[in-house]
Amino acid sequence: MSIKLGSSIMRKVAMAISGLFLIIFLTQHFVINITSVFSEEIFNMFSHFMGNNFLVQFIAQPVLIVGVLFHFIMGFYLEWQNRSARSVQYVVYKGSANSSWISRNMIVSGAVVLSFLVLHFYDFWIPEMKYKYVDILPEDPNRYYEELVHKFKDPIKVSLYCISFLFLALHLLHGFASSFKSLGTASKYYSTISLITKVYAIGISLGFCFIAIFHLIGNFVTH
Amino acid sequence: MNRITYSLNYRKPKENYRADDELVICLRYFHKFGSNNKGKIIKKSTGIKCKLSDWDIDWHKNTERFPIKNSDKLFSKKNKLLKKKVKEFQFFISNLDSINTVSKPKLCSKVPLGPIADQWTSHKNNIRLVSPANKRLIDIIVVGTGLAGGSASATLAELGYNVKSFCFQDSPRRAHSIAAQGGINAAKNYQGDGDSTYRLFYDTVKGGDYRSRESNVYRLAEVSTNIIDQCVAQGVPFAREYGGLLDNRSFGGVLVSRTFYAKGQTGQQLLLGAYSAMNRQIARGKIKMYNRHEMLDIVKVDGKARGIITRNLINGKIERHSAHAVVIASGGYGNLFFLSTNAMGSNVSATWKIHKKGAYFANPCFTQIHPTCIPVSGDHQSKLTLMSESLRNDGRIWVPKTMADAKSIRDGEIKPTELLENQRDYYLERRYPAFGNLVPRDVASRAAKERCDAGYGVNKTGEAVYLDFEAAIIRYGTEKAHLKGLDENDDELVKKLGREVIKSKYGNLFQMYEKIVDQNPYNTPMMIYPAVHYTMGGIWVDYNLMTTIPGCFAIGEANFSDHGANRLGASALMQGLADGYFVLPYTIGDYLADDIRTGPIPTDLPEFDDAEESVINKITCLLENQGSKTVDHYHKILGKIIWNKCGMSRNEKELKEAIVEIQNLRKDFYKNVFVPGTNESFNEPLAKALRVADFLELGELFAKDALDRTESCGGHFREESQTPEGEAMRDDKNFTFVSAWEYKGNPSNAKLHKEQLSYENIELKTRSYK
Amino acid sequence: MKLKLKIWRQENSKSKGKMVLYDIDNVSPDMSFLEMMDVLNEELMIKGIDPVAFDHDCREGICGSCSMFINGEAHGPDRYVTTCQLHMRKFKDGDTIYIEPFRAKTFPVIKDLVVDRTAFDRIQHSGGFISVNTSGNTQDANSIPIEKANADKAFDAATCIGCGACVATCKNSSAMLFVSAKVSQFALLPQGEVEATDRVINMVKQMDEEGFGNCTNTGACQVECPKGISLDNIARMNRELVKAQLKK
Repeated sequence: MSIKLGSSIMRKVAMAISGLFLIIFLTQHFVINITSVFSEEIFNMFSHFMGNNFLVQFIAQPVLIVGVLFHFIMGFYLEWQNRSARSVQYVVYKGSANSSWISRNMIVSGAVVLSFLVLHFYDFWIPEMKYKYVDILPEDPNRYYEELVHKFKDPIKVSLYCISFLFLALHLLHGFASSFKSLGTASKYYSTISLITKVYAIGISLGFCFIAIFHLIGNFVTH
Repeated sequence: MNRITYSLNYRKPKENYRADDELVICLRYFHKFGSNNKGKIIKKSTGIKCKLSDWDIDWHKNTERFPIKNSDKLFSKKNKLLKKKVKEFQFFISNLDSINTVSKPKLCSKVPLGPIADQWTSHKNNIRLVSPANKRLIDIIVVGTGLAGGSASATLAELGYNVKSFCFQDSPRRAHSIAAQGGINAAKNYQGDGDSTYRLFYDTVKGGDYRSRESNVYRLAEVSTNIIDQCVAQGVPFAREYGGLLDNRSFGGVLVSRTFYAKGQTGQQLLLGAYSAMNRQIARGKIKMYNRHEMLDIVKVDGKARGIITRNLINGKIERHSAHAVVIASGGYGNLFFLSTNAMGSNVSATWKIHKKGAYFANPCFTQIHPTCIPVSGDHQSKLTLMSESLRNDGRIWVPKTMADAKSIRDGEIKPTELLENQRDYYLERRYPAFGNLVPRDVASRAAKERCDAGYGVNKTGEAVYLDFEAAIIRYGTEKAHLKGLDENDDELVKKLGREVIKSKYGNLFQMYEKIVDQNPYNTPMMIYPAVHYTMGGIWVDYNLMTTIPGCFAIGEANFSDHGANRLGASALMQGLADGYFVLPYTIGDYLADDIRTGPIPTDLPEFDDAEESVINKITCLLENQGSKTVDHYHKILGKIIWNKCGMSRNEKELKEAIVEIQNLRKDFYKNVFVPGTNESFNEPLAKALRVADFLELGELFAKDALDRTESCGGHFREESQTPEGEAMRDDKNFTFVSAWEYKGNPSNAKLHKEQLSYENIELKTRSYK
Repeated sequence: MKLKLKIWRQENSKSKGKMVLYDIDNVSPDMSFLEMMDVLNEELMIKGIDPVAFDHDCREGICGSCSMFINGEAHGPDRYVTTCQLHMRKFKDGDTIYIEPFRAKTFPVIKDLVVDRTAFDRIQHSGGFISVNTSGNTQDANSIPIEKANADKAFDAATCIGCGACVATCKNSSAMLFVSAKVSQFALLPQGEVEATDRVINMVKQMDEEGFGNCTNTGACQVECPKGISLDNIARMNRELVKAQLKK
């Protein structure tokens, strides 16, 4: 058996699998971040582990990057294909009559999340990589919490983050459930899946917003 | 006798040919008939070609009188062949002279000898076969892709013939067989209620009021069981019981449950089955499919059907297609009435064209008026919608008992549900206690007309009766409540449960009714009225399903053979598939066995030229006509004449009037019709004009046939021939025959040929459903 | 009722089309949408204007010929009906109605509102059948009992009329609902199971080659489908294809 992406359905399945993979990553990311609200030490401990464990750094991280790249490149490619499948557009097209705005605009929510990723990489990932692999500064297991808090000083940035989380929620609201349909889940599970989707998509986005706002307020209080 | 001349078959001006172009050599003969040098040139292709440069223009001055010069390498061989062709042609001509003087032999139905139960088997054992290697050399044209055409195309291709299939729709899957709702009969006896081949045969002949050919009907009943097996193997999802076995329902005119069904979409499922079988052959390259093509004429070469002329409906291209045999499966002509349950595109053109070229048209006046259709709502109406006969299993038909109540209902003063049981007249149950609401269609239709004519109609136009499900809802609901251990006396609960059962049985029909009429049939009774639905008449065929044109076959609704004067419910699907899957593919071999050496039929023969020319002339004539009235204008008038004067009941006076009116209408049509656009585009009004032109001719023959048959039988009810109770009265002494009409230049000149029907296995009895 | 109709007019497949406005009076609420179009065409012809071409045949919602995109929706605003069974009572006096053909690159316009849907036929040719010959000797119809639930599901999938509303309405012009209905019908029946692997691979391959878009599970097709074919079928086809790919 080889992975065949030749057919539209297999591409869709690949989209679903990569999406679900990213959801798992997102969950893990959230779990670590939320500890920052409760305990500086635990957060530092997790961050240090993630940042210095060989498996995480050299196996999981590249896989994740490939996953992200695949998901958005494939996403754009499919969107391009979908658009070219209708050469003359309708004069009147009433999408709202039969489908949700969210499901029709995954490319929009996806693009917002992608631009957020760029910002986020600029904020955290690139300095981190620079710290570790370019400047090769000494290991400091206690620096993470401060760096995090420091980044959420600016209310504009925090609001940008929050807007992105909103779009993330929209993306997840369709994407999560849709992945299961793409993987061929039978309809008897749909209601459960859609419930989990709603709880997860709204929960995780609110959670991330909460973390960002928590630290923003924290910054104001301490200074 | 030596008036036969050689000529080349030029297909464009002579000067446009080059010296090395090859042309077919023809034989010409001036056939005189009568005095005054009247006559006609008969051209016949030899199939032999020669280069223009090798052609001796002055061949008649040569001593040898050979037309091919010795510059042609094969000149002597070709010339010898030509001589042979001339001899054959001479023989043909000598026959021609005798044909004109001697009357033609009687219609020969070619029914095999022996006991009826063995006829089909012995016939199959004795007819000639074409070997698999030779089947590859034979082309067959099939016109129409409904149940008959689709199944025939698929099966012929499976056998190895090269099939060309034609349909005017954009896909074969859209043929109107798709709209059949109720089911398909088969003598499987899965219910163990005493069904058998003989009983299905008996019911069909009796239902047809003893005007069908016994042997054909027996064969139909015999192969009916194969159809179900075949369809299930193809993946047709028939309704099943909880045990996983096939379910049956009962239908009008019979006392057993033998109808297989797929909700109210049986026709769709069967047609998709045939379509999928076709798809398999299209993928294999054995069927060449021509969508959006309309057949406009048949081409006869040497008296045999050898091809058709078609018009591509997208770009108007007139095309020639040749084959060794032509199968017509173009359905019925119910659209003659303008308003019918047929599809908008259903037409008579293919069958009418072959009729004009020599195929006899049998029993044109036998039309089925279906009792359960949605009534006409206004002048804008373009077609009528059928509500499956299966509804009569559970629906009770009634009108108010008193004229006063009927009037109040018409005026909207009272609702039908307000009338008590004793204020209703369940007239079918009253008149026909044995069969009740399940009497055959013709009987049910006439009874509805009788009540409405008497003033008991229940809608604004006074042409509607009620079909009521309340009794069934309560019956099923009580049963269900009992089964579930719920309170059987709770009216609301019982009705709710009952409605669920009805919904599972007829859901799509109820939904359709609600969309069209805007009333909820679960709460108020449906309104129904008879409408034209099916035509039992059609092209005359023999036991092999061949028409009177050798090599031209007619199957399905297009032929006349199996339903006599009235068709039983769920038998049309059975006949279409029987003809297409199991009969024609065998019997056609008997004819084609002679054609294994013929080779491909060229399309540049003069016969093709003539046919194409006449088609183009007809189109040009319609397009250039400077009229002011649309095609639909004429179609509507024609429909009204036929419905009012040749409809559910007919009499001599009105039929005679109808003939004159149709003749005048036809004249007016050619004078005043307006057809917009050009031939070279997608032009629906043009396609329609060509169809209506044929309806205008058929209409006259239809009335003529109805006038000629002074008895009442099945769907044909002559007011002059009825019992004191108003039931149809047959005249077996004078009318136990099939009327087969031969075209003689004009519908009014059509000549009647009779095929006497004999009933050896069934006693001719007065049909009684009381 | 009086209505304003904005209709897509296009001479042939090569020419460019545009929306043209027509006024129509005396529309009865009991008319079907196509009967309203008939009246319009009769009026146009009398005025010497080329009538609007549209596909239609059975006019009882089963042949799948009619194909109009009305006010931004395939087969108009009503549910579970085709254009021919849409009635004018769904509209109000004075409404402007936009009428367009079913649009997709795979459904090229032939004229006005008539489109070429033969891509659907070609998908069916690639595997929409069970390979059984007509011999008259196939085994008895009752020799394989089929669970009623499966038979019913197969039937529901088989009721697809191939009108193309799913493609027309999908923002991606995807044909998944159509193809999955056929794949499902056969996959659910023991008779069709034998060829299931090849069938799903071939039909999906042909669907992709035709140039239909990808499915993004918006669910619009299911809502607009006049026969209510369920998205379940798409999930089933996804499953079938993954299974088939793993087998191969």
